[in-house]
Amino acid sequence: MTILINLFWIAVAIAVALGAGWLFRAATIALTRGATARMLRTAPLTAGFGMLVILIYVVVALFAPLIAPYAEREVVGAQFLPWDATHLLGTDNLGRDMLTRLIYGARNTVGIAFATTALAFTMGSILGLLAATVGGWLDQILSRIVDILMAIPSLIFSLLLLTIFGTSVTTLILVIATIDSTRVFRLARSVALNIVVMDYIEAARLRGEGLWRLITREILPNALAPLVAEFGLRFCFVFLAISALSFLGVGIQPPTADWGSMVRENAALITFGDVTPLLPAGAIALLTVAVNFVVDWMLHRASGLKE
Amino acid sequence: MKDTNPAKPVLLTLRDIHIEGRSEETWSPIIKGVDLTLHKGEVLGLIGESGAGKSTLGLAAMGFTRDGCRISGGTIDFDGIDLRAATEAQRRGLRGKRIAYVAQSAAASFNPAHKLIDQYSEAPVQHGVMSRAEAERDAVELYRRMRLPNPEEIGFRYPHQVSGGQLQRAMTAMAMACRPDLIIFDEPTTALDVTTQIEVLAAIRDIVAQFDTAAIYITHDLAVVAQMADRIKVLLRGDEVEEADTRTMLAAPKEDYTKTLWAVRSYARPVQPPVAKGTTPVVSVRNVTAGYGAADILKDISFDIHKRRTVAVVGESGSGKSTAARVITGLLPPRRGAILFDGAPLPADYRQRSRDQLRQAQMIYQMADTALNPKLRLRELIGRPAQMYLGLNGKALTDRIRDLLHLIELEPDKFIDRLPSELSGGQKQRIGIARALAAEPKFIICDEVTSALDQLVAEGILKLLDRLQSEFDLAYMFITHDLATVRSIADEVVVMQNGKVVEKGPKLEMFEPPHDPYTELLLSSVPEMDPDWLTKLLRERAAKAGKG
Repeated sequence: MTILINLFWIAVAIAVALGAGWLFRAATIALTRGATARMLRTAPLTAGFGMLVILIYVVVALFAPLIAPYAEREVVGAQFLPWDATHLLGTDNLGRDMLTRLIYGARNTVGIAFATTALAFTMGSILGLLAATVGGWLDQILSRIVDILMAIPSLIFSLLLLTIFGTSVTTLILVIATIDSTRVFRLARSVALNIVVMDYIEAARLRGEGLWRLITREILPNALAPLVAEFGLRFCFVFLAISALSFLGVGIQPPTADWGSMVRENAALITFGDVTPLLPAGAIALLTVAVNFVVDWMLHRASGLKE
Repeated sequence: MKDTNPAKPVLLTLRDIHIEGRSEETWSPIIKGVDLTLHKGEVLGLIGESGAGKSTLGLAAMGFTRDGCRISGGTIDFDGIDLRAATEAQRRGLRGKRIAYVAQSAAASFNPAHKLIDQYSEAPVQHGVMSRAEAERDAVELYRRMRLPNPEEIGFRYPHQVSGGQLQRAMTAMAMACRPDLIIFDEPTTALDVTTQIEVLAAIRDIVAQFDTAAIYITHDLAVVAQMADRIKVLLRGDEVEEADTRTMLAAPKEDYTKTLWAVRSYARPVQPPVAKGTTPVVSVRNVTAGYGAADILKDISFDIHKRRTVAVVGESGSGKSTAARVITGLLPPRRGAILFDGAPLPADYRQRSRDQLRQAQMIYQMADTALNPKLRLRELIGRPAQMYLGLNGKALTDRIRDLLHLIELEPDKFIDRLPSELSGGQKQRIGIARALAAEPKFIICDEVTSALDQLVAEGILKLLDRLQSEFDLAYMFITHDLATVRSIADEVVVMQNGKVVEKGPKLEMFEPPHDPYTELLLSSVPEMDPDWLTKLLRERAAKAGKG
């Protein structure tokens, strides 16, 4: 019987999620016009739901101080208080408001993950496109460096680098971005290799176009679809990597609120059958799923356009 | 053999067939109510431009549609079986056994991982017609009838180990494996050189006659269909234009559209006076030897191209035509020899050439699809060379782009902000021309610019190129394997074979005997509209071989 009730609630949750996705899509179609509206009309409900969730995360991250009931590091009561009216999700191991920490965590974790992914993409795609376009020894050198970096397991490598350079937010971003840019490099290079053999690239070279123009106007627009899709996936991986490092204690340092370390700090509660420590993990999972819904749709569109 | 025999029983009947294709959210018609009747042992030619629905109709005769298409109306009756009502299992039982299909590109249709004879045996063994050993014996027999070299041994090769023409014949043999009642040939020789095409056509015609197989022969080449078909059906945008016996159709087409198809090769450029002695050619290729790796693709070739003249470079694939173009543009520096431009030597590598040298020589590509960046709008595609070489910007640049669009006969307001994907094949090729013109060059290389286009569209492109040549004093190097194109546009002809120039001279001399033996072979292999042409040619060649 309990299984049936659980199934019922899961079904309700899915229906509500899809309904929200539908409403969100309808609203955005009504608000936009032209090509954007046409594009949105092709979005499946899952993508609508994904976009809605991403939008909520972004709003929460941007306006955290306005939304959160307390300050990020403020001790507001006893340790491990249960859920009630003043502390909607209770308090954590030091008596800080859990909801507040969750909201600020969105800002820190998502913000840092976004900055890291953006940096990884800038480095990886520029170098990858350059390697494919110039070819020859430059391609050889860059590709071999990337091979060496990729040969070392990424978690161990980042742990090593963070131990050497210290654990500040800047080094965290730089280390993970460097490691992740190798994956982006390989994708950008292989996509660009298929483009540089096209006649229009030959025509541009014969026209005497410079390297910068060749990469930005002739190659990049054609490589954009797979790169954007990869951006979504890569964002999730970076996000998980940061949370994993924080959980291990070398990522984002306390007292800064961060979802990965929040799970570790409150892990003791799990023993008592309380779901509170799993909420940050749920927040991570929800965002990951949402991003992937949107990415799936984009990938579908990108491959459909090639026909 | 060529006459329609109404006494023969009807094999296939298509009645009022409607086929729709899905684009975006809506279904749009591809075939709009076509009837088709085919008797046993009869060959029906389906002709029309690309997009006319020839292949779609051909596949429908097997009860099959491509992904995203559906048969929305009509009946298909194959020897008493209703193919639309039949279950998928019933249809699968017919396909390969009683109805077979030969695709345009055999190279793309064979599985590269299996030997030819393994792929041959698949259908007969699957359908339980023959055992594996019988199928292999039978394959050798059919390979012999298709006049493949070494019929005992060729089946044990992989697809990449045999030539394109042989592969196409092996595919026809494979389609014949179960001795089907009907074969659908979808442009089986379009991708082949003229000299190879002859062999494949002759082999297909013989084997179809020997086994009394009915066939639907789909092609856009009228001269080819004249050789192969007993009856011809002309399609235009999914509708039937007319259908008649081959000889009747060739002699007296009824509809205007058919007449324009027949008249399409009438265009010929007026004969130009010979170039005065001592004029410096715009481009002069001097004793060029070039190649990739260790092999020489070009062996000591020389020819000149003069102002306001078109030099056609002819030869089959692999003869080095395109390599010659790559040497001139500087993509492939030659091992020996030089390229002179207006009498002065050009640097061998394009990277060493000045911007002005690059501007003077432009190129138009065969496949406009890959030659135009799909993400750039026409404004930028055409405008970029003008902006780069001539320093135009803002209003001056826009005006120039509009002028260029006018020149290539496209409405500027309608087209200037379009993407290449919003153009037809012929319009794309026109943009390729406009891009070359935007640089205000003296010399343009046209690499097979019309071979991917329908005859009517190709004719428009040739006329446009010709008009632009006299307007802007251009010199053209026209690479082609199509001698009909040479006849209509060239002033001089260079015939290439295996990287050597075998013959060169003014067009009129080239089309008059005496010829170099290779030129002779090339010229005689171009199909003519006369339905008896292939029979006569084969008889002549056999007689000659007998004498020799």
